[in-house]
Amino acid sequence: MGDPFGMPVTHIVAAGMGGIRTAGDLVAWMQMTRRMKLADAKAYVADKLSVDVMDLVDEDVMCPLRKELGIGTVTPEAGGPEGILAKSRVADLLGIEINSVKRIRSQFAT
Amino acid sequence: MSDYIFTRMGDGERIQMSPSEIRDEMQKGMERASELARIPGLSSDEIELLLEIVTEPGRVVSVPHGHELIVTDDGMAECFTGSEADGCSGISMGRHAAVLAYERALAADTSSIGHSDYSFKPVKAVLEVELQTYHQLSQLTTAPLFYGSQPNMGQYFQPDGPFPNPVDLMPSGKIKAAQAAQEAAAAQLCEDMVFIGRELNAMGCEGFNFDTAGSTGDAEFYATLKAARQLKEYDPNMAIIIGMASEFVLGMHGEIAFEGHQLAGLFPHDQVKLAESVGADIFGPAINVDTSKSFPWNLAKALTMVKETVARAGIPVHPNVGMGVCGIPMLLQVPIDCVSRAAKALALIGKADGL
Repeated sequence: MGDPFGMPVTHIVAAGMGGIRTAGDLVAWMQMTRRMKLADAKAYVADKLSVDVMDLVDEDVMCPLRKELGIGTVTPEAGGPEGILAKSRVADLLGIEINSVKRIRSQFAT
Repeated sequence: MSDYIFTRMGDGERIQMSPSEIRDEMQKGMERASELARIPGLSSDEIELLLEIVTEPGRVVSVPHGHELIVTDDGMAECFTGSEADGCSGISMGRHAAVLAYERALAADTSSIGHSDYSFKPVKAVLEVELQTYHQLSQLTTAPLFYGSQPNMGQYFQPDGPFPNPVDLMPSGKIKAAQAAQEAAAAQLCEDMVFIGRELNAMGCEGFNFDTAGSTGDAEFYATLKAARQLKEYDPNMAIIIGMASEFVLGMHGEIAFEGHQLAGLFPHDQVKLAESVGADIFGPAINVDTSKSFPWNLAKALTMVKETVARAGIPVHPNVGMGVCGIPMLLQVPIDCVSRAAKALALIGKADGL
C-alpha cells in the first residue's frame, strides 16, 4: 500500500527489470511457472533469447529483439503483436505453459 | 560523506543523523531482528554497505546494472482509480485502462487486479464480474496478470459474518469456543478461496495472490496454506503467491498446527518453508515497521529477517515493501528516498528475488 508514484513507480525505477519494456515479464514468468530464483530465471531467459544476462534490462538490445520476436513492447505499433498473441509466443519461446494461452488455444481447437 | 545525513523516522518525519549514529541505529535494528526471530545478524560488510546506501547523497538511489529484480504488486494498477484510504489516486478510469497503463506506461514486470474490498468474502458474491474482467484483461495484457485478494478471515465473524467473534469470546474466558469459531471460519474461508481460485483458473488465471495472509492470525494462515495446496493439486500451472500480513503469525487461536507445525509465532524464515511445502511459487515476507524507531533501524531489522528467509527458501522471495513494512515509513504518500533505499538494500543485501 502507498500512493502509486511513491510505491510501485519508485520500486520499478530503483530496482525493477522493466516489464515488457525489456525482459522483466519473461523473467517473471520463469519465477511463476518454474519457481526459479532470480539468477536462475535470468540465466534461463538470456539463454532462450541468446543474449547476455546484462542485456535483459538493456533497452537498446531488448526493444528491437522484442519486435523481432513479436512478443510485445511498451510502444506497440498499430496491429502489431500484443496481449494474448504476444503471450502465446512467449509461452513457446520460453517452453512454458501459460494458463490463459492454454485456454484460448483450446477454444481455437474446438 | 556529510557530517549529517537526512533520513527519517518510521512515521516518515525527516530527521538528521551523523553516519555513526546511523550505523548505531542499524546495529540495534539488526540485533532486535536477531533476538526476535533467533536468526543470525548481518555481517559487518553488510552493515557498511547498508550505511553506504542510506547515506548516498541522491534523493533517489538505484541498484547497479545487473542487480534488477522482479516487481510484483497487490492491486497497484487499480490504485489509480480508488481513494485515499488505500493510497489511491482517485482518477476516473476503468480497470482495463488502469492495468494496461501500469503494464505499458509504468513498465511493471507483472500486473494484477482484485476486488475493490480486496478480500475473498465479497469476491464470492460478484465472482462472475471478476471472472469477466480477468478474462478480458488476460487477453489484453502481455506481462503476467495476477488476481489478488486477502483471506481476511475477520469478515467471517459476527456481526459481518456467520461465526461467533473470538474477540468477544476470549475476554469472557471462553477460549475453547473462540478456538472452535476460528476453526469453523477457517474451514469456510478455505472453501471460498478454493472455489474462487478454481473458477478463476477455469477462466485462464495466470497467477493467484493470497495477499496479507494471517492478518486474523494463525487460523487464517492455516486456511491459506490448505487452500494453496488444494489449488496447486487442482492445477499446478496456476502460479501462487503467498504474501504475509506481519513478521510473525499472531496466535489468535494459539494451538492450530499445519501438518505438525504450530503456526502461532512463526517468523518469515519458517513461514516460507510451509508456503513452499504447499506449492506456493513466490513468498512475500512482511516485516513490521516500528514508527518510533528510525528508518535505518527499521531497514536493518527487515534486511536481517529477509536475508535469512531468502537463504532458507527454495522458491523466489518477494518482500512486501509497501507503507509500514520492510522499512518503509508509515506514511500514505511514502517518501521516495526511503522506498528507493529499501529497494536497493533488499536487492543487494537481502538478496531478494523480487519486491
